[in-house]
Amino acid sequence: MEAKTLVLGVIGADVHAVGNKILEIALTEAGFNVVNLGVLVSQKEFVEAALETDADAILVSSLYGHAEIDARGLREALIEAGIGDILMYIGGYLVVGNQDWSEVEAKFKQLGFDRVYPPSTLPEDFIPTLREDLGM
Amino acid sequence: MSGSWVLVDIGSTFTKVTAVDIGQRRILAQSSAPTTIEDVSIGLRNALQGLGLDAEQLRQARKLACSSAAGGLRMVAIGLVQDLTAKAARLAALGAGARVLSTYSFQLTEADREEIIELQPDIILLAGGTDGGNRENILHNAKVLASLPNPVPVVIAGNRSVAQEVAACFPPEFSTYIAPNVMPQIGQLQVDPAREVIRRVFMEKIIYAKGLDKAGRWIEGIFMPTPAAVLRAGQLLSQGTAARKGWGDLLIVDVGGATTDVHSLGKGLPTRAGVVVRGLPEPYAKRTVEGDLGVRVSVLSLMETVGPDVLAQEVNWTREEVESRAELLHAHPDTLPESDEEWHFDRVLARLAVAHAVSRHVGRLSELYTPAGLVWVQEGKDLSSVATVIGTGGVLVRSHDPLAVLEGAGKQGDAPLELRPEDPLFFLDGSYILASMGLLAQEEPDAAFDILTDSLSNYKLARREQ
Repeated sequence: MEAKTLVLGVIGADVHAVGNKILEIALTEAGFNVVNLGVLVSQKEFVEAALETDADAILVSSLYGHAEIDARGLREALIEAGIGDILMYIGGYLVVGNQDWSEVEAKFKQLGFDRVYPPSTLPEDFIPTLREDLGM
Repeated sequence: MSGSWVLVDIGSTFTKVTAVDIGQRRILAQSSAPTTIEDVSIGLRNALQGLGLDAEQLRQARKLACSSAAGGLRMVAIGLVQDLTAKAARLAALGAGARVLSTYSFQLTEADREEIIELQPDIILLAGGTDGGNRENILHNAKVLASLPNPVPVVIAGNRSVAQEVAACFPPEFSTYIAPNVMPQIGQLQVDPAREVIRRVFMEKIIYAKGLDKAGRWIEGIFMPTPAAVLRAGQLLSQGTAARKGWGDLLIVDVGGATTDVHSLGKGLPTRAGVVVRGLPEPYAKRTVEGDLGVRVSVLSLMETVGPDVLAQEVNWTREEVESRAELLHAHPDTLPESDEEWHFDRVLARLAVAHAVSRHVGRLSELYTPAGLVWVQEGKDLSSVATVIGTGGVLVRSHDPLAVLEGAGKQGDAPLELRPEDPLFFLDGSYILASMGLLAQEEPDAAFDILTDSLSNYKLARREQ
């Protein structure tokens, strides 16, 4: 079976590069074909990379608390590009301060993310779910 | 390691020939004659006779040619996403020395198909999808192209997983060539193999289609389009050979009546710390062509880009005077300047064409304020440390003050974030041998390097004053 392709990146004006590298390594080791866009990734770049690579999922990281404004409209942009049904995850320090997680999760699900992960999620915490969601 | 070589450039108006002695490392003679497009061998023979070599010497000399006659190499580039594979395809075609008539992204529409029929490209470069990536788009586009009424050679340089399937979409009248993907992965550009395939198709097919093969009884072959030869000369000069140290990163500018070409040789990596690079990586040997920046045929679009008032201020004329002169040059591209003022006007036009063409070619920095502080973002090539800028082409070579024109390539006060050469040395291709030495570089790189550096050193212009 062909490896599933994931587009990975840190969205917006966020320059946190370490977690992004760790994810790339862990996901590659887990057998995925990882297209890592790195840091400072715009919505347009996520959409275009997913189009060219025929990606199976988009994994968005955000570690500086501005994820809501950065990620708003990404699902709509994917719909415009004809790949609106692509699986999409987000994780990291998505909001500023200690907000109730269930509210944060609901907010990002409403923005079109299929799964939302809190800070300090380890790769092994979500990779099994990812496999399942991709029907592997 | 001796003997004479004759290097030929069959241009759209003139056929230029240069004879060199590679043992003595010198130019023996140069000559030119009007290109005779109905049978290029006539113009070529006239130019060769002008060299004044004796018949035996001429017969024994090896003869290589490049050509930009009969419209040059006209191409259409097609990809999937505009800023990804479509841009990569365009860069590959430009680097192969083509005139890119149009670039298409996403699925070709009926209107696009009609337009391609009108444009009559010599070669179509079809890309789309990274390796293992999107396959539907390139297959769709192949089917559209396969229905073109007149067969066109198609170079396929997209998703390798479907390359064979794409080729199979075309009926047998179409020649198809499979090259490695111009963008095998996101963020990875691979244009050299496709360039080489395009060059081969040009050499094996296009020169016959254009009737340039009639020159064949005088020369060994037409090996590449002229701009590809110029780029190759730049590469030779920049990188040197096994035995010669190259000049390092450099920029070549060619101002013409219709277009302004810029070639850069260099990786263009950031020259200062803490810069984040974004966007598609650009090729080491990059060529851009600005079809709206020229000093004759394209003078009106140049004036529009610059702004007629700015132009008027630069030359100290009224806006009406500027506009009427531009109209005249556009309507009569053969017009030569006579008065000092007209020469000055031409010089200002050329400098502005250089300034804008280089602006579009180089990368730029932008400031981005993040919660972690200020971050500098670089898009495109950082050419600020380029030490050599070379001017070529008739407009620059004929100019009374080529340095004033070429300084348009350097740092501009009003564009501090453009990554232009900051303090280069300026040279002029005064004996017009860049393309010739690009040809010779294929066979005798050391001799080509020596003759080229010797000639350029004779045309070193003063260093820019800061």
